[in-house]
Amino acid sequence: MAKLYSRYSSEMKNLKPRKETIEFLLNYSKALSVINYKKMKFEMLLN
Amino acid sequence: MEQLHQDSTLLEWYLAGDENALETLINRHSQRIYSFIFSKVFDKDVAEDIFQDTFIKVIKTLKRGSYNEEGKFLPWVMRIAHNLVIDHFRKNNRMPKFEGNDDFNIFSLIGDSSLNAEKQIIKDQVETDLRKLIEELPTDQKEVLIMRMYKDMSFKEISEITGVSINTALGRMRYAIINLRKIINKHNIVLTN
Repeated sequence: MAKLYSRYSSEMKNLKPRKETIEFLLNYSKALSVINYKKMKFEMLLN
Repeated sequence: MEQLHQDSTLLEWYLAGDENALETLINRHSQRIYSFIFSKVFDKDVAEDIFQDTFIKVIKTLKRGSYNEEGKFLPWVMRIAHNLVIDHFRKNNRMPKFEGNDDFNIFSLIGDSSLNAEKQIIKDQVETDLRKLIEELPTDQKEVLIMRMYKDMSFKEISEITGVSINTALGRMRYAIINLRKIINKHNIVLTN
């Protein structure tokens, strides 16, 4: 098996999460609502 | 224009129901947070998962009204990401325990795979030498090789960025490796440890 000498260097700094992940988070945020009832908090996901 | 609004202002807007403010916040900090996570886990999929969990926690906390704005949004998110990275490693380290006896000792089977100081120095030297050799390659080949090996990009991504077909990118990678071997053989360089 060939040896790999590649090393993760400063070039890795340009990494970004996938567009889908961010889309998911934004949709999650839109769908989530928290309802306060007395001292309780209820999370509701309305898709 | 986006940068004109501080995190605290965007958070205020988000809490008032403006979902676009969250998008701006995520886009503004995503690279830093993702890179931080990736630098710890070295796995794109795991980093993606932890990044997602981090922001789910952020969103939940914000929507529950449990976040105290003290102008420290990014450090707070980084702390959450950091804790989730630790959780990830804890989960992975959970292994069944085994008690050895006189006849059989588990420690005789387990070796220390980490490098000793000498081997580490050699490895570093080899990596440095290799980087120098790569610099000798023609630009187009060097470009493909760095993107593939050091940036872990797929040939599809490489072809999109460099504006050549996948086959051309593959060909350049092949020639880059052939040329590296040629340079190594020509100068009798020993790259091993």
